[in-house]
Amino acid sequence: MTPSAVEDLLRECAPRVLGVLVRHHGRFDACEDAVQEALLAAVTAWPRDGVPDNPTGWLVTAAGRKLTDHWRSENARRRREDVVAAQAELLVPLAAAEDDTLELFFLCCHPDLSTPSQIALTLRAVGGLTTAQIAASFLVPEATMAQRISRAKTRLRGEAFPRGGDRARLGAVLHVLYLIFTEGHTASSGPDLNRADLTAEAIRLTRLVHGLLPDDGEVTGLLALMVLTESRRAARTTADGAMVPLAEQDRSLWDRAAITEGVALVTDTLSRAPLGPYQLQSAIAAVHAEAADTDSTDWAQILVLYDILDRIAPNPMVTVNRAVALAQVSGPRAGLAVLDSLAGDKRVDGHHRLAAVRAHLLELDGDLDGARESYRLAARGTASLPERRYLEARADRVGQ
Amino acid sequence: MKFLLIMQINNAILDALTEQEREAVMTGHQAFIKALQESGEMIGTQALGDPSTSVTVAGRGGETVVTDGPFVEAKEYMGGYYLVDCESKERAVELAGMIPDARIDGLAVEVRPVMFSSGFEM
Repeated sequence: MTPSAVEDLLRECAPRVLGVLVRHHGRFDACEDAVQEALLAAVTAWPRDGVPDNPTGWLVTAAGRKLTDHWRSENARRRREDVVAAQAELLVPLAAAEDDTLELFFLCCHPDLSTPSQIALTLRAVGGLTTAQIAASFLVPEATMAQRISRAKTRLRGEAFPRGGDRARLGAVLHVLYLIFTEGHTASSGPDLNRADLTAEAIRLTRLVHGLLPDDGEVTGLLALMVLTESRRAARTTADGAMVPLAEQDRSLWDRAAITEGVALVTDTLSRAPLGPYQLQSAIAAVHAEAADTDSTDWAQILVLYDILDRIAPNPMVTVNRAVALAQVSGPRAGLAVLDSLAGDKRVDGHHRLAAVRAHLLELDGDLDGARESYRLAARGTASLPERRYLEARADRVGQ
Repeated sequence: MKFLLIMQINNAILDALTEQEREAVMTGHQAFIKALQESGEMIGTQALGDPSTSVTVAGRGGETVVTDGPFVEAKEYMGGYYLVDCESKERAVELAGMIPDARIDGLAVEVRPVMFSSGFEM
């Protein structure tokens, strides 16, 4: 087996191994360290000796031994060592019987952890990424990420393993997966490869949750949203990194296989699961994906979906997006009136996206001076360089 | 989210500090650095030399001209920075408030988001 195939296999096994150990021993921090050591041992041993028949069992045994070594070296814990050693033998058959991966997600997304810590811990414990890989993805020094992970693990010491799943935390898990995807999709600087890795990892982990909870509409919705968004990756930027807005994207570059999968996922779940925000967003993405261009897009349907989204998950950004759809259906003035209704809303007041949409609608309405002013305002407000360049170019283009 | 916490220094204010106050600022920075490292929010920090040691390279009438001194002559100047990665702008402001400079009349810490080099979809 090639080293990269071994690595893929290890990343699949890692969360199950960690889940088994944490379920038995509590002590998330010690178990996580032991699993990382076992993974390292496997990276050396497997390409040389071949992959064992039961890779998960091999890893559980190896990690169990590391735990025993660890506790043996702590004098105060001497009495535990016999117990652990005995348990390590028992763990192997258990590994195949139960899958604790979902519980591991819930543990990593513990509400007491900050969101960056939840993200880091999920990538490390469930994703099996090394600290160096996670640090590189988020463009922070490895020492910073190591400290963040270490503190998160310490914080979880003594936390009960959420047996049977704490479904109330599923929302936090999905949010963390969404943020990992967003980091890869909208990205903070750095080599492109890292960012694509991160969206791929977010999709892989969401597939994992989807596999564990195939009937949950929001899990399916989030997976569909990610797959559909990712399908546009090649068309979103030009070769030199400039941003291409949706209306101007070369749709022949969209990934058809991904669109087919995303549309199938969202169609299936909408027909049988209770409606939720991720499903609605993926449904909107699906309508865009199925249209040949902006003009033939079914804006009326998109407007209906935004209306529902605005009702079940009200949020000023949804209102801004709804204004765009309404403008397509009823003209720019109707959209501008919706934007005016947000005046004084602190959550969105001064946000560059509001200014950018206003600029676009003013341009459509023929108010070129107002549009130029709004484009410039939006350009100054964004924290994204390609977006700033794009908005400045629009401002220059309007009525010059 | 990444933020630059920019320490705005004013030499007249610094000169007026007592020995004790200056000591408090120094040790305060050490404690702040330690806290940032422990929380995993530190990316980097640098203290900058006095603007009198600056050289400015600038375009003048189509040519590149090198002059001694800072770009802008002002009482306040950037004395150093912390580059942090934290959860939100609110947390960045909170961190800025923990920098000892922020407790001295006449000094200030500016909190500025770091621009991303890749963009959102419109």
